[in-house]
Amino acid sequence: MENQEAFDLECTGVSKEFGTVQAVDDVSFNIPSGSFFSILGPSGCGKTTLMRMIAGFENPSAGDIRIKGKSVLNTPPNKRNVKMVFQHLALFPMMNVYENIAYGLKCIGTDKATIEAKVRDVLDRISLPDVAEREIHQLSGGQKQRIAIARCMVLDPDVLLLDEPLGALDLKLREAMKIELKLLQHQFNTTFIYITHDQSEALVMSDHVAIMNEGRFEQIGRPEELYHKPTTAFVAGFVGDSNRWSGKVVALNGDRVQITTDAGQALWCPQRAAAPLSVGQSADVFIRPEFIQAVRKGAQTGAAGQENAIEGRVDSVLFNGANSRVLVRGPSGELIEADVVVTGGTDDLRAGDDVRLDWPVAQSMCFAT
Amino acid sequence: MQSDIKKLSLILLFAPFALWITLLIIIPHMGMVVLSLREKVAPRVYEFGFGNYIDFINEPIYWNTLLRTGSMSILVTFLALIIGFPIAYYIAKIAGKRSRGALFLLCLIPLWVSDLIRAFGWILLLRETGVVSSFLLWTGAVNQPIEFLYNDVTVVVGLVYTVILFMIVPLVSTLDGMDDAMIEAGYNLGGNGLTVLRRIIVPYAMPGIVSGCIVVFMLTAGSYLTPILLGGKNSSWFTEQIYDQFITRFNWESGAAFGFLLLAFTSIVVWLGLRLTGQTLANTVAKQ
Ligand SMILES: Nc1ncnc2c1ncn2[C@@H]1O[C@H](COP(=O)(O)OP(=O)(O)OP(=O)(O)O)[C@@H](O)[C@H]1O
Ligand SMILES: [Mg+2]
Repeated sequence: MENQEAFDLECTGVSKEFGTVQAVDDVSFNIPSGSFFSILGPSGCGKTTLMRMIAGFENPSAGDIRIKGKSVLNTPPNKRNVKMVFQHLALFPMMNVYENIAYGLKCIGTDKATIEAKVRDVLDRISLPDVAEREIHQLSGGQKQRIAIARCMVLDPDVLLLDEPLGALDLKLREAMKIELKLLQHQFNTTFIYITHDQSEALVMSDHVAIMNEGRFEQIGRPEELYHKPTTAFVAGFVGDSNRWSGKVVALNGDRVQITTDAGQALWCPQRAAAPLSVGQSADVFIRPEFIQAVRKGAQTGAAGQENAIEGRVDSVLFNGANSRVLVRGPSGELIEADVVVTGGTDDLRAGDDVRLDWPVAQSMCFAT
Repeated sequence: MQSDIKKLSLILLFAPFALWITLLIIIPHMGMVVLSLREKVAPRVYEFGFGNYIDFINEPIYWNTLLRTGSMSILVTFLALIIGFPIAYYIAKIAGKRSRGALFLLCLIPLWVSDLIRAFGWILLLRETGVVSSFLLWTGAVNQPIEFLYNDVTVVVGLVYTVILFMIVPLVSTLDGMDDAMIEAGYNLGGNGLTVLRRIIVPYAMPGIVSGCIVVFMLTAGSYLTPILLGGKNSSWFTEQIYDQFITRFNWESGAAFGFLLLAFTSIVVWLGLRLTGQTLANTVAKQ
């Protein structure tokens, strides 16, 4: 028997229509207690709508939402033990920090002494013990962020929802807050549901990530699973960088398929066990830049050439320290990205060099289209 | 050079304002004060003294009228706030983007008709032979015509109707600046409708409430047409006393004293109101 208590939040077949717009379409997922779960998707795919349904601000058109095993469909927002950090935080400007945090406790009728103790405690935990008497406009962006989280955490929620809370911060602060959020989640040991369209945020912080597209969940998994074993073309293209070719399946050979790209290039890919491809199907091939090896033509390499190889000419070198790349113009004029090591020596690739790109079959991914 | 230009533009910008303040506000009021401090001792003979103010204190009718004007104005302000707030909230927060402009415009329409015409509109409706009375007679609810005019209720209703707009406009503009997420956060953190209203919406709208109340109170206490036309002879509005002194009795000295007293009285009420509710004038400027 399934242990119902193990999940803080369960959604089954949740859908939401706005008139003719299908904002959320048959979404199901379970979130185990104490995990950091991200929902990642492009703008307008229905992330906020899903979150607002969990918080109770919208009613799902279909499906059920259970928190700690209990359906909350008929529970008003102020009775759900799900707290939310809004995109622009929505701190109350007419109250100071202390009052902002105490607001929720007052609503449930906590006595004064307990409120005082709890507010001090949560301020300590977010390492801002001295800001209680400050006005909201006297806080920095990162401090406001932490106060918004503290305001929710002081109520000991079952689930904390965060709707792109880092969106309003500048880049530097965002990087710092990413780590901070993860630490805070560990410290409070509460289930966080984090919504973002920034994949690096989702991949860095989360235990599990759901990729959402056009109202549906494409795939749910651990960050490295999504990156290395995407199950749909959308996920392969959306998570991480990748080169992409469209083509047709021309041959099957055991656990491999051969695909000819629209430009006539023959590429080998591993057969997909879950949804096998057949000859004649059109398919997309994805390969990540870090798996492509770029070698100057005629140069002697120790390793034997791989099965997949394309020749081209370096269009430009994008130097970025350890993450440097070359852009190579392939035979049909497409640009292919490949990671390279730029040492500053004479062996480095330069624009105009003729190169051969090759990569192992196992690292390519193909999906029927 | 740069600073000279700055100075010049400051002076140029400031000049009309300074002219307006001195010519239309300071000088007339100084004149009023001086006038009010002249006592008539014989025909065309005046001397300096507080006689006009002493007359006011010694005659209960005068200060009763002033107190009555003050308390009724407070009542009107309160009613305008109670009725205006939900309307403003609806316009700013609930109505859709498109209907919002139309509703706001609808609120402004009464301003296109003069005070006088509006008051006559009420008279047409409420007099003994007016629309309401005739309708009630026709339905048989009453068996003889009723006079709705010339009582305090009518005066209050008429005044609320005239001034409510000046309550709604500042309220709509402050509420409009409020992020909907703030209200949702209020609910999300466990507040019910009443808590959210009391702890979040009203405090947020406070600047609008304060400025709306001040404007409405001042307008009401200083209004003349509506109380006279709807309240008739026994409306006992203080502006009527001032008019009486100036025009009917041709006693400018005492009229000036009354005018000054009205100004002082309403200012004190506003100040007291601010003190009692813990607000300051600076609060009328929205935060952030
Ligand atoms: N109240 C509403 N009425 C009608 N359509 C809506 C409403 N709210 C959202 N939508 C539509 O639902 C879809 C999903 O919107 P949603 O706000 O959930 O997107 P999102 O994933 O949060 O996007 P973003 O990353 O830009 O915030 C959009 O097409 C949007 O236009
Ligand atoms: Mg959103």
